[in-house]
Amino acid sequence: MTRTVLPGRRQLLGAAGGLVLGLQLRTARAVSATATLAEVERQWAGGQPVREGRVQLEVAPLVENGNAVPIRVRLDSPMTADDRVQEIVVFNERNPQRDVVRFSFGPACGRAQADARIRLATSQQLVALARLADGSLWSHHVDVIVTLAACVES
Amino acid sequence: MADEPRVRTLIHGTNALQRGVPAQIRITLGHPMENGLRHDGYGNVVPRNLATRFECRLDGVLVVAADLYPAMAANPFLAFWLRADGPGTLSFEWWGDNGFHHRETRDIAPA
Amino acid sequence: MTAERVVVAVLASLVVAAAGAQPQPRRSGLDFMSPALQALQRDDAQNPAMLWVQDGALLWRTPAGATGQRCADCHGDAAVTMRGVAARYPAWDAAAGQALNLAGRINRCRQRHQQAPPLAAEHADLLALSSYLGLQSRGQPLAPPADDRLAPLRAQGQALWQQRLGQLNLACAQCHDQHAGQRLGGAVIPQAHATGYPIYRLEWQGLGSLQRRLRSCMTGVRAEPFAPDAPEWLALEAWLAQRAAGMPVETPAVRP
Repeated sequence: MTRTVLPGRRQLLGAAGGLVLGLQLRTARAVSATATLAEVERQWAGGQPVREGRVQLEVAPLVENGNAVPIRVRLDSPMTADDRVQEIVVFNERNPQRDVVRFSFGPACGRAQADARIRLATSQQLVALARLADGSLWSHHVDVIVTLAACVES
Repeated sequence: MADEPRVRTLIHGTNALQRGVPAQIRITLGHPMENGLRHDGYGNVVPRNLATRFECRLDGVLVVAADLYPAMAANPFLAFWLRADGPGTLSFEWWGDNGFHHRETRDIAPA
Repeated sequence: MTAERVVVAVLASLVVAAAGAQPQPRRSGLDFMSPALQALQRDDAQNPAMLWVQDGALLWRTPAGATGQRCADCHGDAAVTMRGVAARYPAWDAAAGQALNLAGRINRCRQRHQQAPPLAAEHADLLALSSYLGLQSRGQPLAPPADDRLAPLRAQGQALWQQRLGQLNLACAQCHDQHAGQRLGGAVIPQAHATGYPIYRLEWQGLGSLQRRLRSCMTGVRAEPFAPDAPEWLALEAWLAQRAAGMPVETPAVRP
């Protein structure tokens, strides 16, 4: 009895020659069904101005595997009671949902810096948004190319 | 060995601390982080099962909290910076779907 | 990003290489990964596989089975007594009258000395013990035993390695001996040396055995994988161990 094996992403041998196969968007729901990146940024900012700068989102510009992507967010701050970072959030553009991670920094935190390992479904833009104790808001937008999608079953 | 799931964690960086000097703590939680969008070999959806929040506290005072979303990779890894001015107890606590809750502590003695 | 080369036409007309035509120099799959993934494997504080290794260390000291024996009761400190052991598997087991891989050896020990039931291939505890013991050989050269009793198994494995399989009609050797280093879709084809098992595979988001990976390979060429207890798996493992002899053990490795 032959069992039909469904093709996964490795079954690319059947593709026509010459195709650039790296950038593929495959999500379970249409991206338009959830908020856009700009919308969640506006929502988070609550009407206040956001300036590009101070916060840094470190991620490799070219990612070979979207299943485990190291990221780092940081903002140089003395982290005193008055001069500190309250939170840094990361949003994405093209995963099924916009949120990635939200870090809140407490009094025992020594540095406004945090690492995580995230999943990226496809090539897209990421943004880190920082809220300081003085109420100022900062952002850093980064484009990432992902050569293998994470959110699909092979 | 029993087959019930045992929560596994890796916690690095709580030794060799110095008073008042920021130090990096690195943690991994063993958790599948199922986003509820994958399908098994039979075409059934694998149900959502996520860890959704993490908090590290030093004697109850917040060091870092993290809200975790489906975009976090499985076996979620986090690194953050602690500043301890004296001995105390660090707590590492996670919450998630299906009543998931896990807490561990480490006593620290910065030099 | 460099342009991918689709090798369908080439492979379809390719004649399978003569026996022993391995890529030279031999390179681990580690070399084909990005710096970020290499760092993930090399840093024990970040490598997710260490969750299983930590478990394995705990299991080593935990009573098991009807006897309540701990592995440590007979074997003491694994870091001392198990050093280099994983590097010598698959090996011939005289009492069983057959070859065993490390997981098979662990299960035999459980049955014989702990009167504990054998664990299924991808059982978390078996993976934990395998990875814990594998770690005790990390950095050491893979050393398949010079044992004539393993020769038929290795020969069978080599024959399977060179046999066209599946709807795509591809042999392992065609990709991993002849086209290693070239691209298939977005991924670089590695030489496929099994030096780091059990591996934390990003696609699985978890730890798994060599057999699990080989099953994925067969699915990849649209072949019906061998039955779970088929002798072909051990034959392939034995051949792969010989093929990678001398390369350093990397267990527990991270792979895409």
